[in-house]
Amino acid sequence: MYGFEAMTFNIHGGYLEAIVRGHRSGLLTTADYNNLCQCETLDDIKMHLSATEYGPYLQNEPSPLHTTTIVEKCTLKLVDDYKHMLCQATEPLSTFLEYITYGHMIDNVVLIVTGTLHERDVQELLEKCHPLGMFDSIATLAVAQNMRELYRLVLVDTPLAPYFPECITSEDLDDMSIEIMRNTLYKAYLEDFYRFCQKLGGATAEIMSDLLAFEADRRAVNITINSIGTELTRDDRRKLYSNFGLFYPYGHEELAVCEDIDQVRAVMEKYPPYQSIFAKLSYGESQMLDKAFYEEEVKRHCLAFEQQFHYAVFFAYMRLREQEIRNLMWISECVAQNQKSRVHDSVVFIF
Amino acid sequence: MDHFTEKLPSMDLMRSEKMTFVQIIIPAESAHRIITYLGQLGLLQFRDLNAEKSPFQRTFVNQVKRCAEMSRKLRFLMDQVNKAGIMSSHSVLQSDTNLEDIETQLAEHEHEIIEMNSNSEKLQQSYNELLEFKIVLQKACNFLVSSHGHALSEERELVENVYSNEDFVETPFLFEQETMPGPSKSNQSGLRFISGIICKSKVLRFERMLFRATRGNMLFNQAPADEQIMDPISTEMVEKTVFVVFFSGEQARTKILKICEAFGANCYPVPEDISKQRQITREVSSRLADLEATLDAGIRHRNKALSSVGGHLAKWMDMVRREKAVYDTLNMLNFDVTKKCLVGEGWCPIFAKAQIQDALQRATFDSNSQVGAILHSMDALESPPTYFRTNSFTNPYQEIVDAYGVARYQEANPAVYTTIIFPFLFAVMFGDWGHGICLLLGALVLIAHERKLSNQRLGSFMEMLFGGRYVLLLMSLFSMYCGLIYNEFFSVPFHIFGASAYKCRDSSCRDAHTTGLVKYREPYPFGVDPSWRGSRSELPFLNSLKMKMSILFGVVHMNLGILLSYFNAHFFGSSLDIRYQFVPQMIFLNSLFGYLSLLIVVKWCTGSQADLYHIMIYMFLSPFDNLGENELFWGQRPLQILLLLLALIAVPWMLFPKPFILKKLHNERFQGRNYGVLNTFEADLEVEPDSARQHHEEFNFNEVFVHQMIHSIEFVLGSVSNTASYLRLWALSLAHSELSTVFYEKVLLLAWGYDNLIIRLVGLVVFAFATAFILLMMETLSAFLHALRLHWVEFQNKFYHGDGYKFRPFSFATLTEDEN
Repeated sequence: MYGFEAMTFNIHGGYLEAIVRGHRSGLLTTADYNNLCQCETLDDIKMHLSATEYGPYLQNEPSPLHTTTIVEKCTLKLVDDYKHMLCQATEPLSTFLEYITYGHMIDNVVLIVTGTLHERDVQELLEKCHPLGMFDSIATLAVAQNMRELYRLVLVDTPLAPYFPECITSEDLDDMSIEIMRNTLYKAYLEDFYRFCQKLGGATAEIMSDLLAFEADRRAVNITINSIGTELTRDDRRKLYSNFGLFYPYGHEELAVCEDIDQVRAVMEKYPPYQSIFAKLSYGESQMLDKAFYEEEVKRHCLAFEQQFHYAVFFAYMRLREQEIRNLMWISECVAQNQKSRVHDSVVFIF
Repeated sequence: MDHFTEKLPSMDLMRSEKMTFVQIIIPAESAHRIITYLGQLGLLQFRDLNAEKSPFQRTFVNQVKRCAEMSRKLRFLMDQVNKAGIMSSHSVLQSDTNLEDIETQLAEHEHEIIEMNSNSEKLQQSYNELLEFKIVLQKACNFLVSSHGHALSEERELVENVYSNEDFVETPFLFEQETMPGPSKSNQSGLRFISGIICKSKVLRFERMLFRATRGNMLFNQAPADEQIMDPISTEMVEKTVFVVFFSGEQARTKILKICEAFGANCYPVPEDISKQRQITREVSSRLADLEATLDAGIRHRNKALSSVGGHLAKWMDMVRREKAVYDTLNMLNFDVTKKCLVGEGWCPIFAKAQIQDALQRATFDSNSQVGAILHSMDALESPPTYFRTNSFTNPYQEIVDAYGVARYQEANPAVYTTIIFPFLFAVMFGDWGHGICLLLGALVLIAHERKLSNQRLGSFMEMLFGGRYVLLLMSLFSMYCGLIYNEFFSVPFHIFGASAYKCRDSSCRDAHTTGLVKYREPYPFGVDPSWRGSRSELPFLNSLKMKMSILFGVVHMNLGILLSYFNAHFFGSSLDIRYQFVPQMIFLNSLFGYLSLLIVVKWCTGSQADLYHIMIYMFLSPFDNLGENELFWGQRPLQILLLLLALIAVPWMLFPKPFILKKLHNERFQGRNYGVLNTFEADLEVEPDSARQHHEEFNFNEVFVHQMIHSIEFVLGSVSNTASYLRLWALSLAHSELSTVFYEKVLLLAWGYDNLIIRLVGLVVFAFATAFILLMMETLSAFLHALRLHWVEFQNKFYHGDGYKFRPFSFATLTEDEN
């Protein structure tokens, strides 16, 4: 019923949309970032944040602060927000909200499996996991020896199970296969999420397909750049690209054969929406690409708030908060390590 | 008139306090003390002069941080005290301690408590482990005995648990289970087991995971633990389940152990040998008793330490909060050029200047400063804040007005009139002296416990009720008064002021309620005659009375509102508003509805049968026709024509002149500068800075005209709809009396009709509840809301701007309330 969301949306989604828009107005502004960038110590950061929505989460921290504490507490706020919304949500919004966390789940699975492979302590690894991507039996991942066991023992119970069939091999786990697994899972996840949003229809489908297409394209570019010079074959690389997005299908063919960054650039510049990303970069430069992508992503997420009666605002809010936490982490790191000149390198202003 | 108004005694509430903008220059050495004294005085609102600076760039940021750190420690200690359940009953009287002392003491206490906590945590952990071990021992033996029962004799020597007695206490999580190298071949396929304990909520998933990991080659036994075990992290009691897993093979063992670890299950070794089991159980029990004693001692020690701190906490918190407020205020001040003085700006009421001076002098003297602080008035661009000095009686009324909008600076304050009119209008709708007495009792209880309740933290509802206790008092008194006029006591009329003026037509009184009564003496002296009750003409009579009364109240109330707009205009010296707004408004309202009120009064006094609807309607439709039997007094027709003409003239009068005159005034003011815009750059510089502000006030005729048009239309339409709106007084009063009649007649009297104690009792209870909840609570609320609306909309829109902002002085008194 495209165009008629206004009639019925507020019955179930109105309250939560109001909540999420309220949360959005609590995001740090440029003025906040400017002030944060001038901080001399982590205590200054805490003091500044105490006037924001992070205040209650940081106020009981004893004074010698660490970057990890700040990030942890800020993430806690995000998680609290998320849990509150999830509690209030009804179908299909609750499923939509759950979809948002699957990405973190994949990352956590990969983190634990890689960690166990390198014989790290499970508890230590668990602390590093993103709290949004936690599931019940995550600690049991350490038991698994190969993909098949991983799936059969643990993941079959999780929402990730449907994404797994493509990666099941009996071979032992190593770094390469884990990385491929991550990308295969992510591909399946994005495609599933995309399908789900299409099924929801209306403005949600319209906006989410745009946001997810961008996500898929970004992953495609990252996979290409990261796999240059590795033993990953072109066909294997091609298989890791999600089957939607602007690059699909012709761009993928071209990306699959790229051998250096400039070729990637040439492929991307054929697509008008991505031209601006490279406009600021000089040739052969790839470090700043991440930031350029983040900036573009933030811009798109902010635009999602311009339209009403759709679910993409929840996705956008979660992503914006995560970006904000990344910013805070970077600023805190820079302040803690006395590298204040580099503060602006990686901070993406949200407004 | 001018002389008369000036001679009136000044009333605090009529207009807000006169404010002045002051600048204080404070020598740096006495700054802290001066701000503290000003905070105690609480009559100066500081302006933030460093608004563009972020909090950590300000001067006293370190002190603020220290205070924040101290309040964090205080919160921690408070939390600990609350957790330990210690009531800080004895507050220790201590002569003034300074902040540094508190800081060091706090650090000590915090350190001490944290250390004790970590100690007791360790103890608690080992206690938990032992307790779990004990439970596992008790439960697991049962399984071992039952499952091994028959096969035990053969396999006894094959499966053996080897463990070291000393080892199990230190590392009880894992235990090595090794098969003895035996001669038999069945040794390799031997059945082994792992026993342990796990949270009850995880058992199901745990079992499933074990099943999957071993591909079903295992046996899982479980039994709920009898005792609950404290979770060391959340300090809550958790239910746990003891389990024993039987399996075979070395690989399965590592897998199972890993899964146990992942699920947070603690594994404990259980020997199969009965005698060994007994021995271990004995040892564990004795160690448990030891640990328990140690734990208790630790907790006692900790509680003692906490209770010694507990007495100070409230006082310290207060001090730290004040200190933080002082530094926050200091951060709003500017350093002057020489860096020796702080410069502060802010608003204060004029009457408080002397007190502030005094506080400054005292502070200077107390801090042994050579230079005193300087206070002087300044001009300010922005409009001053609004400040009313209220007491506990006037405060709720002021709150009622402020809830609509804070008065513009020095605007006529409707709260003065609200104090009486509001409870009265409420009572018109709630007139019943029985209900009034109930309200009065409630209000008196609140007032009697005033001292006790004001120190308590009440719920939000009670807080509201308590805050409005004097409103409630007046409301109840007025509703008793109105109830006496309506002659209703829980809807029952009483012969209080003598006998009724009416009697029955004949002695049997059969047709009293159908054909009516005969008047035989002077009218009933006060209020409604009790004989009206239940008679045929009861409703028409009361309706007519209440309806007309409502209109009279409404017209008077609205006239008062327009009159206040005159006082406003007079005060602010705007003769334009008087001539072209107040006068036509007055004429318009009174020529229509003032005239109606006059007719009502005349009709009441003469007892005429004239139809007022007819008069009012034909006054507009055919003003020149003869009134016929509806004529109430001589010369009514010419008067009506005159009034109609006046009302017609009043509309353009309030619409057109004001915007045109404003335009003319504006043109005159800027006549000389007509071509200033075209001048060159130098000409702009010549314009003196004072006039810069006036330049910004662009005069937009269209906007002013549209504004005036909206105002006029609103007033003209409003005077009709507002008058009609006052009829709610009648409607609610009618609803109230009818509702209480229903409860009285259909519940109480009906139940009383039966000669059965139970039915009577039930009827009484239902009546009591209906009266309490529906009539006393719901009806009070609805009457309150309607009275509120009549004030906010019908009364205040005649004169009240309500676009001011409140005076928020820096004061310690308000400080204690907000946090927490």
